[in-house]
Amino acid sequence: MKTLEYDTVVIGGGPAGIAAAIKATELGLKTILIENRDLLGGIPLQCIHTGFGLHYFKEDLTGTQFLTRLLDKLEKLRVEYLLNAHVHSIEYLDYDKKLVNIITPQGVVRILTKTIIYTTGARERHLYEIGVVGDRPDGIYTAGEAQTLMDIYGIMPGKEVVIIGSGDVGLIMARRFALEGAKVKAVIEILPYPGGLMRNVMQCLRDYDIPLLLSHTIVKVVGKKRVEKVVVVKVDENLKPIQGTEFEIPCDTVILSVGLRPYLKVLEKLGIHIDPATGGPMVNEYLETNIPGVFVAGNALVINDLVDYAVEQGELAAEGAKVFIENKGIPTKNWKLVEKGRNIRLVVPHIVSGERDVVIYARVANPEKNVYIQIPELGFKLFSYGVRPAEMIWLKLRKDMFSKLGADVHKITLEVIPR
Amino acid sequence: MSKEQELICIICPASCTLKVTVEDNKVVKVEGYLCPRGVEFAKNEISNPVRYVMSVVKVKGGDLPTVSVVTRNPVHKSCIWQVMEALAKVEVEAPLEIGDVIIKDICGTDIIATRRVKKIWYY
Amino acid sequence: MSNKYRVVIVGAGIVGSSIARVLSMYENFDITLVEKEPDVGWGASKANTSIIHPGHEEEPDVHPLRAKLCVRGNEMWRTWAKELEIPVTFPGELMVFTNDEEEKRAREYIKLARLNNVPGVKIVYQEELRVLEPNIAREAKGAVYAPTAGLISPFEAVIAVVENAVENGVKLVTETEVLEVKVSEGRVKGVKTSKGFIEADIIINAAGLYSDKITHSAGVELNFQVKPRKGEYLLFDEDIPVKPTRILHTTPTPITKGVYAITTVHGNVLIGPTAEDLPIEAKEDTSTSVKGLNYVYLEASKLLREMPPRSRVIKIFAGLRPEPPGGHWLIKAYSDPWGFVNAAGIRSPGFTSAPAIAEYVANLISETFDIKLIKKSKWNPYRRDITRLNNRPLSEIDELIKKNPAYGEIVCYCKTVSKAEILEAIDRMIKIGIKTITLDGLKFRTYAGFGMCQGPFCRWRIARIVSEKLGIPLYDVTVKKTKYGIGDVKILWVERKGDLSENTRI
Repeated sequence: MKTLEYDTVVIGGGPAGIAAAIKATELGLKTILIENRDLLGGIPLQCIHTGFGLHYFKEDLTGTQFLTRLLDKLEKLRVEYLLNAHVHSIEYLDYDKKLVNIITPQGVVRILTKTIIYTTGARERHLYEIGVVGDRPDGIYTAGEAQTLMDIYGIMPGKEVVIIGSGDVGLIMARRFALEGAKVKAVIEILPYPGGLMRNVMQCLRDYDIPLLLSHTIVKVVGKKRVEKVVVVKVDENLKPIQGTEFEIPCDTVILSVGLRPYLKVLEKLGIHIDPATGGPMVNEYLETNIPGVFVAGNALVINDLVDYAVEQGELAAEGAKVFIENKGIPTKNWKLVEKGRNIRLVVPHIVSGERDVVIYARVANPEKNVYIQIPELGFKLFSYGVRPAEMIWLKLRKDMFSKLGADVHKITLEVIPR
Repeated sequence: MSKEQELICIICPASCTLKVTVEDNKVVKVEGYLCPRGVEFAKNEISNPVRYVMSVVKVKGGDLPTVSVVTRNPVHKSCIWQVMEALAKVEVEAPLEIGDVIIKDICGTDIIATRRVKKIWYY
Repeated sequence: MSNKYRVVIVGAGIVGSSIARVLSMYENFDITLVEKEPDVGWGASKANTSIIHPGHEEEPDVHPLRAKLCVRGNEMWRTWAKELEIPVTFPGELMVFTNDEEEKRAREYIKLARLNNVPGVKIVYQEELRVLEPNIAREAKGAVYAPTAGLISPFEAVIAVVENAVENGVKLVTETEVLEVKVSEGRVKGVKTSKGFIEADIIINAAGLYSDKITHSAGVELNFQVKPRKGEYLLFDEDIPVKPTRILHTTPTPITKGVYAITTVHGNVLIGPTAEDLPIEAKEDTSTSVKGLNYVYLEASKLLREMPPRSRVIKIFAGLRPEPPGGHWLIKAYSDPWGFVNAAGIRSPGFTSAPAIAEYVANLISETFDIKLIKKSKWNPYRRDITRLNNRPLSEIDELIKKNPAYGEIVCYCKTVSKAEILEAIDRMIKIGIKTITLDGLKFRTYAGFGMCQGPFCRWRIARIVSEKLGIPLYDVTVKKTKYGIGDVKILWVERKGDLSENTRI
């Protein structure tokens, strides 16, 4: 078995991983990017719609175009990468020594590395997780799977579709199905507001007269061999089904767009601390987990709605790896806890140093209009016309803001306050 | 006779809710936008609603069996189906670069590739 | 020309397959195993609690056959599982009681254990109970401990038994439904199937839920009716912190063996089943229900000190058990019509007893039809399991890859399943005579799709391998009963020829 030595191993070749590998290479770290598939790119490979790169390139690109820009940069810099390579396990030997065991068609490759940047992305939630009962016929796909089938492999999954979940992925797929000639019967959403961006509700549903059933949920799937219909019910303000409001929607295809969860299989075995709000690891502002020298970025850290954030996190993690190696560990002595205040459902990172500029990613629990997003301890206050759970809040806190923090204050609270 | 209408702008993820005042089929006032593109959008949406059409097209001899495509410019909403029908009839050959023209001159614009497809040789 | 008796076995579930394996040991028979589904074991054999029962829950005066064959089957599985490399464990079972009334009922089983010669069954209380099962519910007063209880992978068991039977000369035909048994001049002549007539001298009915239909067709046991009894289950992911170390179950009621909480041979916590009697026409209803699952969850909380949260459920499923009148198995060989054998209505402990039922049927056939059984000189009892990557040390994985690079391509991340395993599974399916390769069949053989993500990550990967290997388009790959796609992505436009889609506003 071959053993190699690197400064940084990036696990997962989607946008976060590619950006991390590029940045780490630029920073002079001996870097290798490990990817399980036979091509780099991850999810944006199958995203033929626009909305990518608005922040990063200041252009509105398709996922595929965005990726090509990143990949061109990767090739130009001659970043090292390994395809068809699956990380079997990670052994923690010391703070600057981790052994990454990789299965490849050439044999097992073991890489001794100082740091790891974990960017394996997220998995989609499935039917049984959301408690859907009934038959178990063919014809049920997750939105991501349907997207891979249609927009990479050119397969049509079905022709009469019901979509469960109104997050952006579900909305995008509603339009895809409609454009390719399928009949999209409805998009079912359990909350009283859509999960995705309003722009997508417009250009994916309204444009195609696809009904959006808010405050509804699917009760069961019916079908002998293939899906024949779904039974849908209205829910009350506690999201409980209202008796007597069940009705059937005949269909042959059910698309599940019911949420993503960070996929952390290999890291879980290392005893990583998970934040139940994000489903991802707890991290400091360098995006380092509780395991020294192990960093996480992209959807494996927190579910992002824009690829630009995933890319930014990849770069931040690479910078963190550099600081880690140079200082034999992250040098911060006094961490400040980032607490969730009013209407904040999740926030990343979980602890900050106050010694440098830091980016905060957050999501609200409930939609609100005309609010202030604030951190009282820093005197930080930002007006927003509207906050929605589906839209990640991005804040950059400058180092000088932290000077307002009292010497004995060890936390900052992010909260949303009505005007 | 002026009429007020509510529109959601689709230009960027901000999805601003625009309040548009229309007089004699002309937009006279737009409110609620975060940037000037919203005003442009509102004006167009009332008189000449357009959309980018994004889909895939079958590919022969490439590392993937499809290439993603988009209309170079947005087309009139009523034209969407014409574009889709045309795309269904096409099969292109690898290799393809981003920007390659797949169909020329349909609904006043071209269809261009948005994904790179490498050529695969089979033995 | 040898005078082999042509045997048709109707149904490739655990009973039919086991009979096929046992009969294949003898020179006397030319055996065809006929299965209506695309793969073996897709009936009750695939959706049960996976338990190898000790036999102390059978009343020998009410169900003498069940009692006798369950104990014998429990013994035989130990050998069969080794010979056929089927994953099996023998953790022992605790029938938990939480009050005096339940304890009184539970104690009856100790009496039955003695009558049936089931070894080691005894009552345990408090301390001893907690030593046996550290994760027992706090409310548990005590339990009846039966150390010979085991757990098996039921779908793998059927596959293994069939592979070995085929290796020893049995022919499997799938997607072939037996419609009628042909009897003439007091003898069976063969079976009329959806794919033509198969001649036979001996016909063995192991058709599970439909064994009533088959026996009626042969003109015997016209009052015999098999009712579907539904059992719903919840399956949790492997990484939950509190898992039972032994088989736990609530004290049985007259209808059911109680609700179980087990850790399957693959490491997942499984709880269930319900016991719902369905109308006789509902033999295809394997739907789950909120009521059923809530019941199962509630009952199982009497067993475990900490229940996994519902959010950790990875699969919800249900199976139908064939329930015969009075719970009596119908295992009989007939002189009129000569050649007909019933192994019908094999309800619990059917899976456990299957090897013993097979032995019993072989003897019945020998006695009733006056056939002197001649053992084959060359009968191979062994069957190797698929070479799996998971759970091997890295050095072994490296060696496997060096011999076959397809072991180095991982297609299922959750269960670390390689392309080589998928290809081997496809080959095995083709080898035993499966006509349509299904993704479900591959899932049962390789575990790809059984993990936390339940398939969306890997299903298309596996489908691509099937598509490539069989030379069929990706959309034509069969998932379970239907195809993965309806055609290529433009098919609806090509079919439409110009109509506007209904999904348009303009």
